[in-house]
Amino acid sequence: MGANPKLDPIRGEGSGNGSRPQPSYKVIGTRPIRPDGVDKVTGRALYGADVRFPDLLHGKVLRSPHARARIRSIDTSQAEALPGVKAVVTGADLPTAEDRFEDLGEGGINLRYLSENVLAHGRVLYHGHPVAAVAAVSPHIAEEALSLIQVDYEVLPPVMTLEEAMAEDAPILLEELRTDEMGERGNRPTNVAAHFRYELGNVEEGFAQADLVVEREFRTQTVHQGYIEPQMATALYDQDGQITIWTSTQGSFSVRSQVAEILQIPVSRIRVVPMEIGGGFGGKITVYLEPVAVLLSRKAGYRPVKLVMSRAEVLMATGPTSGSRIRMKMGATRDGRIVAAEAELVYEAGAFPGSPVGSGAVVLLAPYNIPNVRIDGYDVVVNRPRASAYRAPGGTNAAFASESVVDELARKLGLDPLEFRLKNGAKEGDRMANGLPHPKIGYLETVEAIRNSEHYNAPLEGRGRGRGRGVASGYWGNWGGKSSATAVLNADGTVTLNEASTDIGGTRASIAMQFAESLGIPYEKVKIRVVDTDCVSYNDVTGGSRTTFGTGLAAYELGQKMKAAMIQRLADIWGVSPEEVVYEEMVFSAGENRVTFDEAAKLIERRSTPVMVEAEVYGKKYGPAFSTQCVDVEVDVETGKVTILRYTIAQDAGKAIHPAYVEGQMQGGVAQGVGWALNEEYVYDREGHLLNASLLDYRMPTALDLPMIETLIVEVPNPGHPYGVRGVGEVNIVPPAAALANAIYDAIGVRMTELPMNPARLLEAILAKQAQESTQPA
Amino acid sequence: MPERKKRMITTTINGEEITFLCEPRQTLLEVLRDELGLTGSKEGCGNGNCGACNVLLDGVLVNACLVLAPEVEGRELVTIEGIAPGGELTLLQQKFLEHAALQCGICTPGFIVAAKALLDENPSPTEHDVRLWLAGNLCRCTGYDKIVRAVLDTAAALQAAQTTPTEVA
Repeated sequence: MGANPKLDPIRGEGSGNGSRPQPSYKVIGTRPIRPDGVDKVTGRALYGADVRFPDLLHGKVLRSPHARARIRSIDTSQAEALPGVKAVVTGADLPTAEDRFEDLGEGGINLRYLSENVLAHGRVLYHGHPVAAVAAVSPHIAEEALSLIQVDYEVLPPVMTLEEAMAEDAPILLEELRTDEMGERGNRPTNVAAHFRYELGNVEEGFAQADLVVEREFRTQTVHQGYIEPQMATALYDQDGQITIWTSTQGSFSVRSQVAEILQIPVSRIRVVPMEIGGGFGGKITVYLEPVAVLLSRKAGYRPVKLVMSRAEVLMATGPTSGSRIRMKMGATRDGRIVAAEAELVYEAGAFPGSPVGSGAVVLLAPYNIPNVRIDGYDVVVNRPRASAYRAPGGTNAAFASESVVDELARKLGLDPLEFRLKNGAKEGDRMANGLPHPKIGYLETVEAIRNSEHYNAPLEGRGRGRGRGVASGYWGNWGGKSSATAVLNADGTVTLNEASTDIGGTRASIAMQFAESLGIPYEKVKIRVVDTDCVSYNDVTGGSRTTFGTGLAAYELGQKMKAAMIQRLADIWGVSPEEVVYEEMVFSAGENRVTFDEAAKLIERRSTPVMVEAEVYGKKYGPAFSTQCVDVEVDVETGKVTILRYTIAQDAGKAIHPAYVEGQMQGGVAQGVGWALNEEYVYDREGHLLNASLLDYRMPTALDLPMIETLIVEVPNPGHPYGVRGVGEVNIVPPAAALANAIYDAIGVRMTELPMNPARLLEAILAKQAQESTQPA
Repeated sequence: MPERKKRMITTTINGEEITFLCEPRQTLLEVLRDELGLTGSKEGCGNGNCGACNVLLDGVLVNACLVLAPEVEGRELVTIEGIAPGGELTLLQQKFLEHAALQCGICTPGFIVAAKALLDENPSPTEHDVRLWLAGNLCRCTGYDKIVRAVLDTAAALQAAQTTPTEVA
């Protein structure tokens, strides 16, 4: 990095990797209007809940009022008798799914538990667990019918916390569960689904070298993804056995395979039509309503059935991500080298195994090169909704612990927190806790970008007296995955690109741009569509920050293939060999033959074979992402309220295809991280009832809670992508909780170890500190 | 058992007089979406916390999920579908596109209706004015930065053109 990266927050380009010249691109790095933009500002874009059919039935789901109970019996006869009710289903309508773990993209689940989560089988495991569902001619009649279903519950004491779940005499949630103890199956009933360990070097010897050791325990609460569009699904089970599902999902192919597994139907009989999706953040990968809509459609006489969740249902029974308890111990030498780290991560899985503790353990120390490491991870079931993926799953919890301890070490050593990071920061080839070496990464460049930023170098008035500045870094590994797509050359010189990665944040644009760059045509010539599961081959979910990388790889390949196909067609027409055809600046030529791109398209349609190309990719050389962030806060010591004064992010994007949408991912990730840090949490009573299942009481940040969020795009190209793309979606949610905790410490000298740092918790900590200081002799 | 007998309601929606049948318990949002096919207004929460269903009722910004359908008898409604007179994009909609002020887009109709109401009332808002006014609209994707910029930029452009916001916005 050279001088301060200059960035106009609206029009500016990223800072670039100053050490070498970047290739000059025509399309990449510009900020065109997204293809789906007009439909989304006029209200015309069709999301899952906007599906309408003349004979549509409306479904509703009956949910458990108890956190833990056995179902003795369910009587649906009165509901079925209500005029207007067309079908009622329960768990008894589901076949027995395979007892097998299925990877869904970002995290996975045993199929039997997935089925049990869709409709309870004899037991309910959280407040809001689906028990039955009704289809009727109106949503109101369906709702009336729910109240007529008689469920006889044997209510059992719930297990709501990690401590309760891991106690010796804890009630057992899942009788069949045995601990996966570092690969060995345990022999007694338990709530601990798994224990694993990562180990590097010798941690005891490492701590023996340390001059300074800091050890703390951190806690985070259950939080939700908070997408604004509730889950929904519409299904039509046709008389010929063909099934169509219209839904908003991160992965239409993943929905297809999950429904196929749960209902024991071949995938070829299921077509999933992905509607526009109103946010996912990892929470719209697992199916909830789709299999129920299919069952209801068949039972209701092959009529389409639409199910839409209320916000309360979304909060009670979808998402969330794990609350956690993390013990973090780190040792450093006097000259500022981190020599050892030891951690224990305990994550809530919710009702079924599968918390993101594994990825949390990787995120924990990934920014640092530490020779001696031991990390123990535990996946623990509790009577809360099953945890699903949430943006950099497990990462925010982990970085809150590790980045707070790193900050404390730096302070105690008298080092600038960024210098301390530069001294210990990971580079290509350094091993992570899981033993894998980092590929080419740009972590240090993000730290440098913040160190050189205007923000970090600006004085903060009142610092240490109610105002403070904090920094933190974060890692996310990203993902490549599988994509397939096709491109069709139109006679007017435009191209129709068919892909199947659902577009949550502008990926139609970033994919079309890569195709246009690859083929050497303007962005405006590409018509891009997200098609259903019958139109292209398998695609992994829009998740793991993979789409602009993975489906972008397919777009690059499509561009290259279309160029080759056009050259071959023109060579045939002109009677020359393809090697003689030159393509430059949208002109094909061979000797005296010369046509523009548009003329070529018309000529080929008139005189040659049509041009349609396909690409299938399995992107394995994805590049990890790092983000370093700086925040200024003001703490009101009378109320405990934290106000964010200024926020700056530096992220390594590899290459920003559409910088505005890269900035958007950066800003959005931070906004969610701020919510997690300062306000958001699930609140349960002792019986396990969720008390804040509304957006008034589960309080996400509003426009008034945030300042403008400054972005510094760092570009250290990923060598595994032709344009250097890394994923950008997830990493920015990792550092905010720690950055804010470090800023709060800087402001008032209070070290927060529990999220959310809401006024109540912070005021309690402030008062405790004041009480401690007043009892100390002067 | 709730009253199911339907009532006939006559109202003006996006400049056209419309008559529809509804049950007393149906919300305006439900009627707009399920009966009239105006699905641009979105349901994010159903209890007035997210603003995704914002519409203008006699020029006043309301959450359609908190209005019962029979209440709109004889009144004048503007939804996202009618925000652009004549169908051409308004400057506000253009600015949302140029600033990339949307990601998933589910909250966008509500933000545009709410921002129009703000600019109708206050043609030169400060950043704080915009943030305060839009605090009734939740967006989970953008962190609001680009939305606030789009609204401020619209106001500035309208001021520069010295037109009244009601004509263009």
